Amino acid sequence: MADPNLSATPPQAISTLPSKPPFWNDPQKRALVFQILLVIGIGLLLWFIFSNTLHNLDKRGIKTGFDFLDRPAGFGITQSLIPYTEASTFGRTFLVGLLNTLLVAGLGIIFATLLGFAVGVARLSKNWLISRVALVFIETIRNIPPLLQILFWYRAILPLLPGPKDSISLAELFYLHKRGFTLPSPLFEPAFIWTFWAVIAALVLAFIMSRWAKARREKTGQQFPVVWTAVGIILVLPLITFFLTGSPLNWDIPALSGFNFRGGLTVIPELTALLLALSIYTAAFIAEIVRSGIESVSKGQSEAAASLGLRPNRTLQLVIIPQAMRVIIPQLTSQYLNLTKNTSLGVAIGYPDLVNVFAGTTLNQTGQAVEIIFMTMLVYLVISLVISLFMNWYNKRMALVER
Amino acid sequence: MQAFITRETLPSLPPPSTLKGPIAWMRQNLFSSVGNSIVTVVLVLGILAALIPFINWAFIKADWIGTSRDDCTSGGACWVFVYVHLKLFMVGLYPESEVWRTILVGAILVVTMAGLMIKGVPFKKYIQIFALIAFPIIAFILLSGGAFGLPHVETNFWGGLLLTLVIAIVGIVAAFPLGILLALGRRSSMPIVKAICVVFIEVWRGVPLITVLFMSSVMLPLFLPEGMEIDKLLRALVGITLFQSAYLAEVVRSGLQAIPKGQYEAANALGLTYWQGMYKVILPQALKIVIPGIVNSFISLFKDTSLVLIIGLFDLLATIQGAFASPKWLGYAIEGYLFAALVYWVFCFGMSRYSQRVERSLKTTH
Amino acid sequence: METATQTKPEIAVSLRDVNKWYGEFHVLKNVNLDVERGQRIVICGPSGSGKSTMIRCINRLEEHQAGQIIVDGIELNNDLKNIDQIRREVGMVFQHFNLFPHLTVLENCCLAPMWVRKIPRKEAEATAMEYLERVKIPHQAKKFPGQLSGGQQQRVAIARSLCMKPRIMLFDEPTSALDPEMIKEVLDTMIELAESGMTMLCVTHEMGFAKTVADSVIFMDAGQIIEMNTPDEFFNHPQHERSKLFLSQILGH
Repeated sequence: MADPNLSATPPQAISTLPSKPPFWNDPQKRALVFQILLVIGIGLLLWFIFSNTLHNLDKRGIKTGFDFLDRPAGFGITQSLIPYTEASTFGRTFLVGLLNTLLVAGLGIIFATLLGFAVGVARLSKNWLISRVALVFIETIRNIPPLLQILFWYRAILPLLPGPKDSISLAELFYLHKRGFTLPSPLFEPAFIWTFWAVIAALVLAFIMSRWAKARREKTGQQFPVVWTAVGIILVLPLITFFLTGSPLNWDIPALSGFNFRGGLTVIPELTALLLALSIYTAAFIAEIVRSGIESVSKGQSEAAASLGLRPNRTLQLVIIPQAMRVIIPQLTSQYLNLTKNTSLGVAIGYPDLVNVFAGTTLNQTGQAVEIIFMTMLVYLVISLVISLFMNWYNKRMALVER
Repeated sequence: MQAFITRETLPSLPPPSTLKGPIAWMRQNLFSSVGNSIVTVVLVLGILAALIPFINWAFIKADWIGTSRDDCTSGGACWVFVYVHLKLFMVGLYPESEVWRTILVGAILVVTMAGLMIKGVPFKKYIQIFALIAFPIIAFILLSGGAFGLPHVETNFWGGLLLTLVIAIVGIVAAFPLGILLALGRRSSMPIVKAICVVFIEVWRGVPLITVLFMSSVMLPLFLPEGMEIDKLLRALVGITLFQSAYLAEVVRSGLQAIPKGQYEAANALGLTYWQGMYKVILPQALKIVIPGIVNSFISLFKDTSLVLIIGLFDLLATIQGAFASPKWLGYAIEGYLFAALVYWVFCFGMSRYSQRVERSLKTTH
Repeated sequence: METATQTKPEIAVSLRDVNKWYGEFHVLKNVNLDVERGQRIVICGPSGSGKSTMIRCINRLEEHQAGQIIVDGIELNNDLKNIDQIRREVGMVFQHFNLFPHLTVLENCCLAPMWVRKIPRKEAEATAMEYLERVKIPHQAKKFPGQLSGGQQQRVAIARSLCMKPRIMLFDEPTSALDPEMIKEVLDTMIELAESGMTMLCVTHEMGFAKTVADSVIFMDAGQIIEMNTPDEFFNHPQHERSKLFLSQILGH
């Protein structure tokens, strides 16, 4: 270890460098050789897999490539957000599956967030009973596999519902039955566009109002009931527009005909079960995140705010929530990601998501395992990647400035 | 300013009765305001309304023991369904005469785990080595047979809780070394090694387990040379191990990051090589910190094993579903699922309690 | 109002037979105390003697369970309005500063004046800068608390309290979480504040501070006030056995 050139005299020339070790002892060269060997090793492994796969596919008479995406699928899908028939292509199948996945993920995220925040706040309640009920909910739900919960709803609870003929009905508008949940579907007349614009205008107006209120508060110190005014604007303006333009919205009310409903919109039971199970399962985790996020803000913070005369609700708004959000949002995002990945469990109950219609049915019909699994995984990878990029950006922006 | 000095020491008085006792407790925690009181009453009523019929159905009016569905007469839950199929749910189609082998493996597992988890048991190090190296071999020989005069039992006959546990335990144990290597690789200063590890980890973490299982069941046979058949269970295990290793790598990495830089420097200063330093200094500390993380990721894996039913393996959930799908027992789905939920819950809740305990004790010792 | 009470000294804080329990533990036992306007009191005593609890009762961070606390003529009870009013008039400085880490120094100082006193931002910022100058850190106004040293953070915390223009200041061990070299800068700030005539109650063991500015020193033990005297008398001739023991312990350092 000792440097043989060590001496008390100043170096003769600045260009003096440590003497070079033999290359097999030079850590940099060792690392280089190791990495080259690693790359060769992985390359060989990949080549082995690749050649075997080609050979095996050849033997089974499967042609590689993405041509199959243009071929007609020849099977139906129970739920599609875009026009789809048996004559549509496998490419279209992919799209339908992807949209169905995104539909469950999006709705699930909304429901799970609402329920999760409610349970998390309940968990922090000073009322012992509320907090205990929330705790029991969390500890029960998150220790049971999500797949089991999905199956439980789909195969044990939903079949208990009556058939369409004896549906549980609410005001003769909503019907809950074995084959799903039927509700009126809106029929928009052309004039409805005005109400739509009114909503947009109200949102813009509410935004401007909040900016104005903030500016006024900073200038004069007077406070303004921003939230209530905003709610008022957003409700009243579209309503007035709606009635002034002659109520241009009709409802297609479902009606029983024979053994099924005609008209209206029926949410298939697969979607209901998947959505219920995933929302509840994810909500249990979100509740814990919310609780730990709020508890992560030290008691000293609320004491300091109180000692300055801030009321508890202002303390929450100005001190606790901004700090808790830094802890909550990253974990929340990763739960959203988990929920999105868990939508693939829908395959177990036949919900037509990406894995089911593409990695399942399409794969069975075409045998293009490599391409299909690759595309499916790529979809999830892209979603993950986009979300982690957002996360990195958010963390950087929100990081507390420390010494 | 005025003085109000008490020179003699006043006795500590008990708090006034308005502050203690069950009534004070209830006033503070259940009825602290009008709103709270209303919520409490509504909740109590709601809980009673839900719980009484459930207890009535699940316990009071339930039938527990019998041989067929005809024994379920009292209108409550039919636990006879579970009673009759208990062997199926526990070990699947494992031959009746060989079931003792699974019980023996289970017993060894319980004793080993107890030895590892209970504080104060001596020879922890040897138990660890036994659990990680000897136990898997013994368990495999006992379960699979084909040696020491034990008849061979094909994996097709493994099922129920046995299969669930086999998948979960193999998944975590086999993923462990790979996970450590990946974690070290991700923190390596060698750019190519680091890049490979990052890509490997992020790809597995980015996709759902079900696509991994599809991949291993559909594509793995394509990857291998012609004529090389591999067992369905083994295929699933390969997929789960790769998947799990990525998650474990991240857990281990968090432990490595928590080790102060001084420890790395001290190991270097003592003249230890990279691997010596890792093996003797860094990893023992890092792995201790991440025990809760490892247990938590085992809990997720344990829950995730239920996915193997989608690729046609008969784990706990699948055997239960199979049982109530048979015409003889149609209509007992709720009992079946509740039983499955209970088994999963007991395992997961127990483990999460254990991980919380470790976490607490780590916090106090640091 | 001040002229009217000149004959009789105005009482800023008054505690009458205050009792408090943590569960079964009797923390405050019949505490009685009157603090006149402009007085500076130092409270000391062993840990667990109830001194922090006592001053935290004065702005209702802790609830007393028996007795009466009157601050600035207003009685502290469950009336939210009273609590609000008292908290506006009483500033507090904590052992661990408790600055809001997500806000800049200036925003920390302006938050309460803007939201509680409803003062326009410009005005609040001007006041804040004034006080930051008084605690000698105006140039750090745009920084975040995490970027400052402990001593600087505590001075910001003092400025933050002062921005509410309180009539009474409470200090809960303001220097005990600081490194030795930073204690002086905080004490200097406190001494300057004391000299300006602020009513102050300080829980601290800093004898130098007590000797320089305190009107009297209160010694608490086991939840009661057992000695009260001028700083000179207290430090040189402690009356009570336990005060003697305590002083010998803190001087023994």
